[in-house]
Amino acid sequence: MKFAVVVFPGSNCDRDMYHAVREVLQEEADLVWHESGNLQDYDAILLPGGFSYGDYLRSGAVAAVSDIMDQVKRQAAQGKPVLGVCNGFQVLLESGLLPGAMLPNEKLAFMCHQETLKVANNRTMFTTEYNQGETVQFPIAHGEGNYYCDDKTKAKLEANDQIVFTYQNNPNGSTGAIAGIVNEQGNVLGMMPHPERASEAIIGSADGIRLFQSLVKNWREAHVVNV
Amino acid sequence: MLSTSEMTPETIEQEKLYLELGLSEAEYQHVKQILKRRPNFTETGIFSVMWSEHCSYKTSKPLLKKFPSTAPHVLQGPGEGAGVIDIGDGLAAVFKIESHNHPSAVEPYQGAATGVGGIIRDVFSMGARPVALMNSLRFGNPGTGNVNHLFQEVVRGIAGYGNCVGIPTVGGEVQFDASYEDNPLVNAMCVGIIRHEDLQKGIASGAGNTVMYAGAPTGRDGIHGATFASGDLTEDSDKDRPSVQVGDPFMEKLLIEACLEAIQSDALVGMQDMGAAGLTSSASEMASKAGTGMTMNLDLVPQREANMSAYELMLSESQERMLLVVQNGREQEMVDIFAKYGLEAAAVGEVTEDTSFRLLQHGSVVADIPVDALAEEAPVYHMPSKEAAYVRAFRQMDDFIPEVRDHGATLKQLLQQPTIASKEYVYDQYDSMVQTNTVVTPGSDAAVIRMKGTDKALAITTDCNSRYLYLDPEVGGKIAVAEAARNIVCSGAKPLGLTDGLNYGNPTNPEVFWQMEKSVEGMSTAANMLKTPVISGNVSLYNQSNGKSIYPTPVVGMVGLATSLHHITPSFFQESGDLVYVIGGTQPEFGGSALQKLVSGHYEGKAPSIDLQVEADRQHKLLQAIQTGLIQSAHDLSEGGLAVAMAESVFAGNKLGAEADVAGDATVALFSETQSRFLVTVKPEHRKAFETMLTDAVHIGHVTDNNKLIVRINGTTTIDEDVSTLHQLWKGAIPCMLNRKA
Repeated sequence: MKFAVVVFPGSNCDRDMYHAVREVLQEEADLVWHESGNLQDYDAILLPGGFSYGDYLRSGAVAAVSDIMDQVKRQAAQGKPVLGVCNGFQVLLESGLLPGAMLPNEKLAFMCHQETLKVANNRTMFTTEYNQGETVQFPIAHGEGNYYCDDKTKAKLEANDQIVFTYQNNPNGSTGAIAGIVNEQGNVLGMMPHPERASEAIIGSADGIRLFQSLVKNWREAHVVNV
Repeated sequence: MLSTSEMTPETIEQEKLYLELGLSEAEYQHVKQILKRRPNFTETGIFSVMWSEHCSYKTSKPLLKKFPSTAPHVLQGPGEGAGVIDIGDGLAAVFKIESHNHPSAVEPYQGAATGVGGIIRDVFSMGARPVALMNSLRFGNPGTGNVNHLFQEVVRGIAGYGNCVGIPTVGGEVQFDASYEDNPLVNAMCVGIIRHEDLQKGIASGAGNTVMYAGAPTGRDGIHGATFASGDLTEDSDKDRPSVQVGDPFMEKLLIEACLEAIQSDALVGMQDMGAAGLTSSASEMASKAGTGMTMNLDLVPQREANMSAYELMLSESQERMLLVVQNGREQEMVDIFAKYGLEAAAVGEVTEDTSFRLLQHGSVVADIPVDALAEEAPVYHMPSKEAAYVRAFRQMDDFIPEVRDHGATLKQLLQQPTIASKEYVYDQYDSMVQTNTVVTPGSDAAVIRMKGTDKALAITTDCNSRYLYLDPEVGGKIAVAEAARNIVCSGAKPLGLTDGLNYGNPTNPEVFWQMEKSVEGMSTAANMLKTPVISGNVSLYNQSNGKSIYPTPVVGMVGLATSLHHITPSFFQESGDLVYVIGGTQPEFGGSALQKLVSGHYEGKAPSIDLQVEADRQHKLLQAIQTGLIQSAHDLSEGGLAVAMAESVFAGNKLGAEADVAGDATVALFSETQSRFLVTVKPEHRKAFETMLTDAVHIGHVTDNNKLIVRINGTTTIDEDVSTLHQLWKGAIPCMLNRKA
């Protein structure tokens, strides 16, 4: 399986994502510079964390209107897996691929530490390697991770089972303690916690690698005959 | 004030305008001799910044020579952007610490942010990818004066810059004392990793090669910042706010990536950051180091504002700029690399064979100075030195034991002292995990980052107990180096080298200069003994406000190497049943201690004594025990002594506790700050092997699973506290102090 890690000016978790996929997961991956890539050549698209375009204007707002996001939208519409982590999630929200918006953290400060998450939906292509309701350790590192959506949207997310991860101790004030959501089709996941930073026990947690393993397994089952 | 065009060389001399720019009478005369004529306004400005303390180290140079700076594993000592040490496998660690004290005093957010930006550029200008940031901060007591504002904004500034550029801030230290009330210290350290063959130097070699300017355009910000940093902070220092630069971490991130790509091209000859004194220092230093000259056409320098004078262009400290020397004819390759990141790279001049530094603007020569006059031939002053009278008095004082009635209550109070209390409020705001290498996150003795593709890790710490330096600069200097090394060893690594961030008061005061002299001597002795050469550093003087000098604060930033990931050792207790040992004996030493401050409100008396031979032996043996796999956890005993170290060891939130039996005077046993001591835990099955290896370790108790901290002195229960209560007090102290005054 071949992953594209999209690199915007100011992305800073791009190499971490690449490392997790190449060295830990042992799958193919390329760092794809926002101006030069053809995303059709890849089986999954990863939007990494960081401060794309300095997060000037609003987090993710400038990246959301960059040319490569047109490609991301086309690929997403065809059902290709798209994962946005942290700033990548903010880009997905700003580009309209996922509903809702980000507010500054409730405490108005950047925060970075391990958080306990609950797997709220283990039936997505990103989470089949987790148990429903399982708690996992992922780090967070953000200043604007306070997910907001109105009641109607929240009801819709709940009805469609689009809430994938929730925080056990809501650190940032997110609506419904939401940490990650998928689109209605289930192939676009946005989340504030960092699975790539939870990919090896030596750096604090290996719980995140199963997210990537879920993707690979589901992709293989759908695409590879004679396994 | 006259307009720039009216400032003819004659008026500058007649009206003594050079004094306002920071050149002394004698220095001005020296400039005239060098040029064999009167300097014009631009030249006067160039000399004044290059000969400022900040750029020339004119008063500290004679002292810095005392530092040991060579060893077989030192690939680059002081003199370049950063020092470099060999860490095996063809890799090297590049690191340096730098202060940004004065800017942070007047504009704490930007002052701290640009301090981080500057030190990062020093590291990647060597060709290394920055992998970790550390810092060392000093503030007045929380709740007094402007301290809460300075503290909160400095932390926010460091976070705002470091988080955006994607370099983890993995640790540091924060201490609070009245002597820093108006003059906080903000020292930032950056560590990079590089393959030996990629090592880059800031030299302008090869006459005919092209000088290129890359990064952000030049504006009128930070003009004369280096001179500002070379004078006392005064009540009207607020007027110097325009001397503080404004940082753009997004620009820096682009610059990092572009420069690291440029280094891969053999078209690049040399590269240097435009830091203090901007274009002036980077250009003249690059030429001076190469023994060449340089001609630059200032009309070609990318500019953010219209009608900038040569003086402004040369002295601006606009951030996120680099100066490159590129092979003649290959400029376009550089232009293309920088353009990919949306950055400008412009040819602005050429390297020349003669050794003059020549600047052109609007078709005429606006400055023509022999290059060496600026860098190599800067004046050096041997300042008068006089033993501080208070230190002599302190040394005569008898040892004493503060009176403590309730040791449990005292422990609780100590845990809430801001210098001892949890710094989670601070480090939670830093992205400590980006780059996915952080094995030991902030809050331990040293931070540890692994090196991908190897079984090795780097341990990094910053340390300086300035209270001991205040009592006795020489002994305190030794302790600063020894404590840093202790922290590195506790984490499971071998100390390899250090960078010094020397912060002092006004050096024209002979007692301050004596503090500098003695502390450097103490640090040098310890650095020699512990085999940790000083490979880079920074000097910040004139740290005083309203006539009060800060405590001498030579911060030690140390890097060590763990040769296997298995050696990485936590500072917290690990398992119920593990045996608890203290390595090293305890004497009644309370001078400069946390307990002295708590009981009396001030520091006086003798600094704790230190025997560097004992220190070196213990560190060596403890590291051996760690490498043999005998140690479960290791923590050094520092502020607050054994009681505080034991409490900190059970704060990992794993419900552990500890029980210990100690003999002697309760106050001494619990709170004395005798040096060269360690608190370690050992699995029961390793007892024999450990005791054979560390003969001066005393078994004092064991780790329990009941979340209680119990210490009996001579059989009497003296401390019996719930760990969760202690933990809450320790963790909540700083947020509580900030809210109270918020």
